[in-house]
Amino acid sequence: MAPSPGWFKSVHEDDRALIAFGGSWNLAAVARLEAELGALASPSAREAVLDLSAVETLDASGAWLLARTRAAFAAKGVPARYTGIKDAHAALIERIDHPVEIQPVAPPKAPPFIALLARLGDGATRAYSESLDIVGFLGLIVAALARSARSPQRVRLTSVVAHVERAGLNALPIVGLLSFLIGVVLAYQGVDQLRNFGAETFTVNLAGISILREIGVLMTAILVAGRSGSAFTAQIGTMRVREEVDAMRTLGLDPIDVLVLPRVLALTFVMPFLAFYAAIVGLFGAGMSALILLDMSPVQFVTQLNSAVHINHFWVGMIKAPVFGFLIALVGCRYGLKVKGSAENVGRRTTQAVVESIFLVIVFDAIFSILFSRLGI
Amino acid sequence: MTPPDPHIAIRIAGLRTEIGGSTVHDDLNLEVRRGEIMGVVGASGAGKSVLLRAIVGLNRRAAGRIDVLGQDTAVLDEGGWRALRMRMGVLFQDGALFSSLTVGQNIQVPMDEFLNLPPALKDALTAMKLEMVGLSASTGRKFPSELSGGMRKRAGLARALALDPELLFLDEPTAGLDPIGAAEFDRLIRSLQRSLGLTVFMVTHDLDSLVAVCDRIGVLVDRRVVEGRLESLLANPHPWIQAYFRGPRGRAAMKA
Repeated sequence: MAPSPGWFKSVHEDDRALIAFGGSWNLAAVARLEAELGALASPSAREAVLDLSAVETLDASGAWLLARTRAAFAAKGVPARYTGIKDAHAALIERIDHPVEIQPVAPPKAPPFIALLARLGDGATRAYSESLDIVGFLGLIVAALARSARSPQRVRLTSVVAHVERAGLNALPIVGLLSFLIGVVLAYQGVDQLRNFGAETFTVNLAGISILREIGVLMTAILVAGRSGSAFTAQIGTMRVREEVDAMRTLGLDPIDVLVLPRVLALTFVMPFLAFYAAIVGLFGAGMSALILLDMSPVQFVTQLNSAVHINHFWVGMIKAPVFGFLIALVGCRYGLKVKGSAENVGRRTTQAVVESIFLVIVFDAIFSILFSRLGI
Repeated sequence: MTPPDPHIAIRIAGLRTEIGGSTVHDDLNLEVRRGEIMGVVGASGAGKSVLLRAIVGLNRRAAGRIDVLGQDTAVLDEGGWRALRMRMGVLFQDGALFSSLTVGQNIQVPMDEFLNLPPALKDALTAMKLEMVGLSASTGRKFPSELSGGMRKRAGLARALALDPELLFLDEPTAGLDPIGAAEFDRLIRSLQRSLGLTVFMVTHDLDSLVAVCDRIGVLVDRRVVEGRLESLLANPHPWIQAYFRGPRGRAAMKA
């Protein structure tokens, strides 16, 4: 037999307020009857009696509402008491029936304008300390590199090779596919636009220079930042959360040597190869599009490329690649080591690492552009 | 089919669970009566937590039947599970509080999910739950990361109790607490169980809390549960059970 839903009846006998409660007096009943009961306490009575003899089941929320009703009468100067408490409910009513301080549960918030100012200031100081920090981290890595240069047996070759495989070899399919598609896109757009001037064969120059000089290496860097930079942060961050990094220190291992250096070396080493591969596949995509759109044979394409694109464009792209790889690994590892506390922090740091490494890659790309333009390359 | 016995909160018959191809439980039978505290012990890796997760519907079973509060959980649809989940609360090992919410908001998550309550009432009920588990009202607006391990457990308990469940599951409630904190937590569970009339299913490693709060004990050995009162388990000849209760730690716990 299911107990009936909770109910209450209020009667005024002379100057006595008599409230009878019954049914299952639980959270559902509280949700239903709370407002109604709240309006009940009136100062007109001399005494209030809460009759619980018909209550079938009682839970903590129900007991709380009874206690609140009693307190509401008491607050109006009307002494209130319970009658007909069942033995089974006595302990619960005694446990609950006393005043409890209520406080808001939302985290404290400053007024909007103050909060805006605070965030602005916070951001500014953080940007400053972050830039100091990244220079400090760079110094740590350079020092570790110098140590390794003096005693090369310190370098963890197995780890370096593993990261070369994961960040380089395993990235080949996605880097290739994307570069191929970018080559196709460039060729199609170039042909469409240059045809207006009757200069569609210059598409080869356009695609060749932009892929070799900029897009091949930039696309690769962005993909590697998303693939490997984020993985570095997540791996090292998870180790931080599980105190593995601290354990490493107590065992006399330097996390920079063990965790950071192999990743930095691996990514710096593998990025030029990836960028080279991306450029070649991108040119292949452009060449295929030229064949389809302009009926230009592969031999013609290569000849045109050879005469139009100076080898320097290729070298410009290649020189940037290890720098980008170094930056991505640096940022990824740094954010991994900065993880504190919970798993949630790993996620946040990973996002920051990806954003910051892509940001730095593009900043350095701009610096390279200005530099090479000054040098006339 | 026999009608469900109203005095049984959980009945497990012939349960078999498998994880990654290896059998964790085989032909496991267990009954938890209403209004008792059932403690489940066993060696590490014996499948105590797996058993708890199977009962609350987080793990799949390979065979067997689990009745919770008189309902066969195998045939429950989504609505049935929802209704059943309202009647049970689970405290995970480290509280498993949502880290992006304050403690108070954590307690209000189940209220928001299952009931449509006015904010003032929610705050009042939250204050009541906090007081019940022995946390101060100001804890409500703190984030879980600002709390100690013991406070996180209490907050997790408050969230498990948010909807006034009939059935409470505790996964290693005293693990990671100092002996004083663990004893306080034991007392808290005991007093809440008595005053709220709860049925408690508790997985534990802690001999002291086993002796102090549990009405009956289930020992997971050889993929099954041997259940009984402490005295009857002491008489059980199984070598693991003897080693567990008769070992130096077991003897010390029982002397206390």
